[in-house]
Amino acid sequence: MSVRRRLFGLVAVAMLASSSMAGASDSVTDAIVREAFATATPEEWRDRLAQDDAQALCSRHRNLPPPEVAAQILESQRATLRLPDDGRLMGDWRAGEKLASIGTGGHIGRIQPDPPGRAKGGNCYACHVMAPGEVAAGNIGPSLTGYGRLRGNTPEMQRYTYEKIHNAQAFFPCSHMPRFGHNGWLTPKEIADLVAFLLDPASSVNAGR
Amino acid sequence: MANPMKVRAAVDGDTVLVKALMSHVMETGRRTNDKGETIPAHFIQQVTVTHKGRVVLSAQWGTSISANPFLSFRFRGGAKGETVKVAWVDSKGDSRTDEAIIT
Amino acid sequence: MTWRMRGLAAVAVLAAASAVSIVAAATDAEDHAADEIRKYRQMLEDGNPAELMEMKGEALWREARGPTGASLEACDLGLGPGVVAGAYAQLPRFFADTGRVQDTESRLISCMVALQGFTPVEATRDWYRPGSDLEALVTYVATQSKGMPIRVPVSHPEEARLLAAGGELFFRRSGPLDFSCATCHSQDQRRIRLQDLPNFLNPADARASMVTWPAYRVSQSAVWTMERRLIDCVRQMRWPEPAFGSEAIVALQVWLQHQGEGGELQSPGIKR
Repeated sequence: MSVRRRLFGLVAVAMLASSSMAGASDSVTDAIVREAFATATPEEWRDRLAQDDAQALCSRHRNLPPPEVAAQILESQRATLRLPDDGRLMGDWRAGEKLASIGTGGHIGRIQPDPPGRAKGGNCYACHVMAPGEVAAGNIGPSLTGYGRLRGNTPEMQRYTYEKIHNAQAFFPCSHMPRFGHNGWLTPKEIADLVAFLLDPASSVNAGR
Repeated sequence: MANPMKVRAAVDGDTVLVKALMSHVMETGRRTNDKGETIPAHFIQQVTVTHKGRVVLSAQWGTSISANPFLSFRFRGGAKGETVKVAWVDSKGDSRTDEAIIT
Repeated sequence: MTWRMRGLAAVAVLAAASAVSIVAAATDAEDHAADEIRKYRQMLEDGNPAELMEMKGEALWREARGPTGASLEACDLGLGPGVVAGAYAQLPRFFADTGRVQDTESRLISCMVALQGFTPVEATRDWYRPGSDLEALVTYVATQSKGMPIRVPVSHPEEARLLAAGGELFFRRSGPLDFSCATCHSQDQRRIRLQDLPNFLNPADARASMVTWPAYRVSQSAVWTMERRLIDCVRQMRWPEPAFGSEAIVALQVWLQHQGEGGELQSPGIKR
């Protein structure tokens, strides 16, 4: 194949890829979104409004993807899994406990933005019941009380738990759970601390009643 | 004068039930604004309700009363058609009086 | 048995009963918390501070203001000039004079501009500050539909277009937390922390929710309109702030009101 043909092929693939990443699902909605967020910066658009493949597919299928699409999402999300460079999958459960309660961070806009440097957390309690002493817990996700007590903390369980927090859609396509690691919301150390909050036998999550 | 309050008074059994909804910021003096500056205290300190010249309720309020306070209480000796007056004075010396006819 | 012994026995029974009830309360902590919130809400229903905003809104509706010195009493909210009763129950809707589908805020702004001579910037100034003019006006307009069923028209092509777009937007996921409206509002019996979430795909939930707006939010010491609520939801999704009165926000309201069709308005509501 000539060099020119090969380049043309690459450009064509790149154009196709970018159009699917821009969410070619609905041009009516796209126009409305562009109008509503006309003052967003290119960075804000990239980080908050542009849809990647999984987001676009899950939006189009209303979080109930048919089997072939679900398989496609599973595969693409599994490919994103990354373990920490230092190999530490379990960190400090008390640090994890704090992260589980923090629901701030990342808010922008004129009306009520977070001040710069406001901590981000996992906000786990928004959706999950965890330590028995914390009554104000949500139920969008299943209860995680006794998570480690029920499962043990073998290397395999640590890895599964770490990966689940890193990218929940590697296990459940179109899960409501944010892809904390893949989206860069939580650092590897923060995820390891949350793994400890779930798996450490001394953690309040695993405290006996 | 400060924003009007909504006062209702109605005979209920052998008492008159008075309800007053007051418009007031009730700043505690402990909140800070976006710039980190303390918002000065500004809250209702004295509430007096009178009927036919007689004080039927006297209250000294502090910073634990929430914004736009709602007050509800009963007193004896009132009758339909008579007037109930609700008056407040706040920590800046501002005041407001509104009245209602007992139904 | 002596009176003293009876008394001691009674105290013992009470102590045992309270011990049992404390244990029961600990295991039913969730129910207890939800119960207390319900009682708190009932206490708040009497004497809703939104009534103060309603009074302010009505005064603003009747007051001669702006460069032309006119009141808003000739404003057409969809049922004819000056007809306020029932208008909120049918908003958003298409207006021929502006050529677009408008929600309550947007329509009030059109009237403030056309009748009173305000500029759009002046009319929308500080719209989100507690106690703003727009907040008061929307509260007044909405309260005049109390007891009436929600029924927004969707027959005009523009109304149909925004209805469809609203449905699409509801499911649109993006951002660092992959959120869409559906993340929180597409399943029954869910809550964030202890805040119950209506499922807008469930007509009964949608009706129960939509009839309570606008509402005085105790935590904000302000009445929030549906537009205000939606713009804050978008903020919580970690998206940029959408333009006030944009088609996206109107489209969502068309869809939400359509989901809540038939619900009898209780406006103004009162919430946490």
